[in-house]
Amino acid sequence: MANMAQAIRLALHYAHKNYQLNDVFGQDVGAPLGGVFTATQGVECAWNTPLDERGIIGMAMGIAMAGQRCVAEIQFADYIFNTIDLLKIAGNTNWASYGQYPMPLVVMTPVGAGIRGSMYHSHSFESWASRMAGWKIVIPSDALDAYGLLLSSILDPNPVLFMPPKALMRVKGESLIPGEPDNEKDLKNMIDAPLGDRTEWFAKWPDVQEYLVPIGKAKVVIPGNQLTMVTWGRYVQICKQVAEKLKSELGYQVELIDLRSIYPYDWQAIKASVQKTKRILFINEDTEVTNFAEHLCYRVTQELFYDLWARPQVVAAKNIPGIGLHPNLEDATVPHVDEIYQAAKAIIQEVP
Amino acid sequence: MSSKSSQSLAQDKDLLMLPKELVLKMYDHMVYSRVLEERLIKIYKLGDAFFWIGAPGEEAWGVPLGLLTLKGQGPLFDYLHLHYRCTPTLVALGMPMIDSIRLIMNRVTDISTGGRNFSNHYCFPKWNVVPVTSPIEVQYLASIGTAHVQKKLNSNGITVVTGGDAGTAEGDFASCLIWSSRPGQELPVLITVQNNQWGISTAYQGQHGESKIADRAKAFNIKNRVINGLDPIETYLCLKEDMDYIRKNKKPAFIEAQVSRLYGHSSASGGNRSVEQPCPIDVFEQRLLKANFISTDLIKNKKEEYEKQAQQAQNQVRTEMAPEAKSIWDHIFAQSENADWRNF
Repeated sequence: MANMAQAIRLALHYAHKNYQLNDVFGQDVGAPLGGVFTATQGVECAWNTPLDERGIIGMAMGIAMAGQRCVAEIQFADYIFNTIDLLKIAGNTNWASYGQYPMPLVVMTPVGAGIRGSMYHSHSFESWASRMAGWKIVIPSDALDAYGLLLSSILDPNPVLFMPPKALMRVKGESLIPGEPDNEKDLKNMIDAPLGDRTEWFAKWPDVQEYLVPIGKAKVVIPGNQLTMVTWGRYVQICKQVAEKLKSELGYQVELIDLRSIYPYDWQAIKASVQKTKRILFINEDTEVTNFAEHLCYRVTQELFYDLWARPQVVAAKNIPGIGLHPNLEDATVPHVDEIYQAAKAIIQEVP
Repeated sequence: MSSKSSQSLAQDKDLLMLPKELVLKMYDHMVYSRVLEERLIKIYKLGDAFFWIGAPGEEAWGVPLGLLTLKGQGPLFDYLHLHYRCTPTLVALGMPMIDSIRLIMNRVTDISTGGRNFSNHYCFPKWNVVPVTSPIEVQYLASIGTAHVQKKLNSNGITVVTGGDAGTAEGDFASCLIWSSRPGQELPVLITVQNNQWGISTAYQGQHGESKIADRAKAFNIKNRVINGLDPIETYLCLKEDMDYIRKNKKPAFIEAQVSRLYGHSSASGGNRSVEQPCPIDVFEQRLLKANFISTDLIKNKKEEYEKQAQQAQNQVRTEMAPEAKSIWDHIFAQSENADWRNF
């Protein structure tokens, strides 16, 4: 199975061949490296830019103004902060022009911790991003979803922030991308660049097919009826472990929802699940104060209050300025399995 | 031509460098733009608008720019990434007064923003005038994107970006110089600065260590020059030469134009006439009068006629509808796809 970086590559190649995507750019995105996560390796229309995040976003905005599609990469979400007013403008341009200048651009930036990246390679961005009206915000949790969400993002007429989790870039998927070779070694030989001199190397692309994950649609990863857990990105896999542990140790049936899209989000999926389970826990690795899940939690209390049998809760990262390098520090900052397990157990065991 | 006219022209040979019809057209647009801008200020002072910002003093720069623009929609035509002193350029492109007045009076009929943005924050896709923003200098960044597309298409269209002198302190200005001059990947963009010597209330002299802003382009091997942006003839000739150079060579050029700021930064600084700074229209009028291109009667009649048009437009706009409250949800996403979480 393709890992997430390979899946992104395949999506960019497919979009280049089929969606008139002619510009994929960012720092180290082109040859010879193809991105620090190799997510753009071999992509024909990928090119290197100056080390200038604001220039990268400005270039994307101009390309969109000229009516063309592009994918711009900010190497790590940790370095997107100095572009935030440009992101704001990209998000308000269609509105400010009364619908005359849509901005069909994609910004791809890896997010989250889990790679022992210390203070400036561990940031999350989804809660910040959720305040950028006019943007669509998506975050995949596995390789196939990354492929499908990225293709949907490229086709969308709005600015879309595509945020693959850093820690999942090397994680293999559980399902084949349509057209992906069955043997992962074959895929590697086709699209992974060799070490050393790459001047004569070109990817041999498999005949991948269109596969779209609609923006705004969540996925029920595990069905259940005693607790709804809502998460996204790399915490889908972590919460899966928690759900399995709760089932094997205590017999609890947890419904796990991968939100996939931060905005627009799938309220109907959350609502239907809460009306079934009567209990809900939100989990993510962005910092806890004005965390995006707090908005969802607020909405649950406003619209589903009388459906609830327990207090809804949010488990998120501690509100500290960064993530320390030592594992003790990182693990104490972002939610871990036991913390989520205890919170989930407490909600299920709460007596109304 | 009369002997008197010939003598005057002999003293002002620059006037002969352009066809007389073009010279008079530029003068006409400059007056039209000024009358419009002064009406905008009056609209603000009458309480019919919340804020004024605009371009009196930049007519000799903006009008030639508009006339030289390859006008149309899409990358085969010129893109204009303008700052908020661009009424003269829009006038030269063909904008009627009423469109500017609808913008400042934030009516639903405002063709640029639907009542959402300030005066001089134009948007005209039919002429590739991308939305003007209040944050200064961000236009220099988006300009590299439209120029990039034009380069890839080998288009005859070029990108033009304008901005003020104070904003060149922003890193975005440097970004534009860097991205447009990368070896082998140069961009067809005319990078310009209208130097009025002010950033709101902060004087140029205390903030700029460089001898001239154009020297910064020189550092990137970008063709550059400083021009008298108060002279429409010089401006037209320089702009034409540089725009032709960019179209032919697909490489950037840089112009620093010295201009005036005749009514201060905006209504925030009062919107009152500054008597210290030279007025490009007054200077140009004197030249045209000396050359017998125009008469005092023509000047008087033209200004009266345009003022009449401006008043009529204002009166009409007063009767037009304001945006509806529910329209705040329109166009957040393309095709007005629902963006209100309450309806997800």
